[in-house]
Amino acid sequence: MSPRKFLRTVGFESGLLLIGIPVLLWTLIPIYHMFLFAISPKDAAFSGQLWPTSPTLRNFGTVVGQKHHFLNHFWLQMFNSVIISVGTAAITLFVATAAAFAISRLRMKGGRTVMNLALLTYFIPAAFLAVPMYKTMGMYGLLNNDWALVLAMATIASPYAIWILRQASDKLPVELDEAAMIDGASPFQLFRLIYLPLMVPSLIAVGTYALLLAWNEYLYAFLLLSKDTAITLPVALGNFLSADDSPWELLMTAGFLYALPPAAIYYAFRRYMSSGLTAGAVKG
Amino acid sequence: MAATAIDTAARREKSRWAGLGLSERQAWSLLFVAPYVAIFIGFVLFPVGYSFWLARSPQLYVELAADPIFLRTVINTFVFLVVAINVKMALALFLSGFFTHKRWWVKVLAVLFVLPWAVPSIPTILSVRFMLNPEWGVINQLIFSLTAEDGPNWLNDPALALTLSMLVHIWKSLPFWTLILLAGRLAIPGELYEAASVDGAGAWHRFRYITWPSMSTLYVTCTLLSMIFTVGDFNSVYLLTGGGPADLTHVLATLGIRYLRLDQVGLAMASIVCALPLILPLVYFMMRRLSR
Repeated sequence: MSPRKFLRTVGFESGLLLIGIPVLLWTLIPIYHMFLFAISPKDAAFSGQLWPTSPTLRNFGTVVGQKHHFLNHFWLQMFNSVIISVGTAAITLFVATAAAFAISRLRMKGGRTVMNLALLTYFIPAAFLAVPMYKTMGMYGLLNNDWALVLAMATIASPYAIWILRQASDKLPVELDEAAMIDGASPFQLFRLIYLPLMVPSLIAVGTYALLLAWNEYLYAFLLLSKDTAITLPVALGNFLSADDSPWELLMTAGFLYALPPAAIYYAFRRYMSSGLTAGAVKG
Repeated sequence: MAATAIDTAARREKSRWAGLGLSERQAWSLLFVAPYVAIFIGFVLFPVGYSFWLARSPQLYVELAADPIFLRTVINTFVFLVVAINVKMALALFLSGFFTHKRWWVKVLAVLFVLPWAVPSIPTILSVRFMLNPEWGVINQLIFSLTAEDGPNWLNDPALALTLSMLVHIWKSLPFWTLILLAGRLAIPGELYEAASVDGAGAWHRFRYITWPSMSTLYVTCTLLSMIFTVGDFNSVYLLTGGGPADLTHVLATLGIRYLRLDQVGLAMASIVCALPLILPLVYFMMRRLSR
């Protein structure tokens, strides 16, 4: 390699590093700060050190043992989060899979209208739909009921789910259906024996999407649920802010435990997510 | 050509179905679509209709216009949309180019880079909020140890607080848009770049004449979609500033909720109705793009 070419390579590589290092710091600092609080003893957390002099797991013990009045229902709230996320994923999958089948495979009359209405719903900013949703859930008598949040989140997740599933379903060859029809299959058998098995990767993507959406949701959860025993974990974390002397190290510890499952699920299903969701998000 | 192929396929399929009875298929399709239609009517159509009915009184809009917070909120929302989204999308475009480089450490970085998007907002935004605490936050302690002077009271200055909310928004959603633009970049055939290199095109020319023409539609679509999503971004502002100080950093997403919490549902809905002229053109444009 000529010295000149060598210098150019070095220059290019250090240029890449000059981008990469700030990106790394920018991405990790808020998360590292949260982790730092979680492993610091109470007084050391406020000293501004980059690594605590005596790291401890005591905060985790306090949170897991529910030994603070902010955390009396930690496990119950975690359980609520799990139930609501799984419920949302199940309902979204059921509703969206069936609708996408009707629109894409059965070529339903008016299917296009349904698709457009769903897309329109997708484009209503979530914070705007929250106000009407809150009033209506009150009328239905569902406030403070887990179902309110499950149904609200399924309403928000379904349009995008239908859209993604319809696109995936449109790619399946029509000949499959024709062959099955010749053999005398009913539309329901088509759905169960051909459509569902072939759609598994997209179903995983959509299910994960709905699950994470519900797990991460704060606004709807705090509007629709308020009882200490009914709320999900993010609402409980938000409630820490109501007092001036909040134990921030415990808030960060509980927040860390709350953030772990979605990160793990995301990385576990990244393959499906990136092919299914990012491609579908913008392809016209 | 593809269209005619689909057409013939559809016609062929139709004749098959006709033999088996078209009405039966339509009956099944209605059954399959019914759950979604039920959800749509119960949780979108009825709530939205009911809310418009609640927001029907002109008096509400007079009241809203008289609220000084409202005007401030509209300005904040505009600033948020124009500044935060353009900065974010430009960064995403730039970083998507960075992530195309094949190095082991770029791959590792790409995996870590997604974390802000993969983890929930509330713990990370609250973490940032504490970093900005004027007395105990790590940022002001660092400033104090370096300069022996007190740092600014970050969240107590409305302009600074709104800027920080925008940064939080960018932090949270930059990975998602970078990934999408990266997918767009990777779809560009490599031969184009090879041919350009042979012709002696530099980095700027490769971007200007190959990358940008292939990506501009995607970029604009992403920007508009991001605007629609950002109008509904409640967390970045509410969790960082709570709308404060003195309700000066509200955006439309948090203002509606504020009125709702004050039990002024009419005002809450009226403020959302006022956002419609902003939203509807974007939605119309996106619908035309996506519902082909």
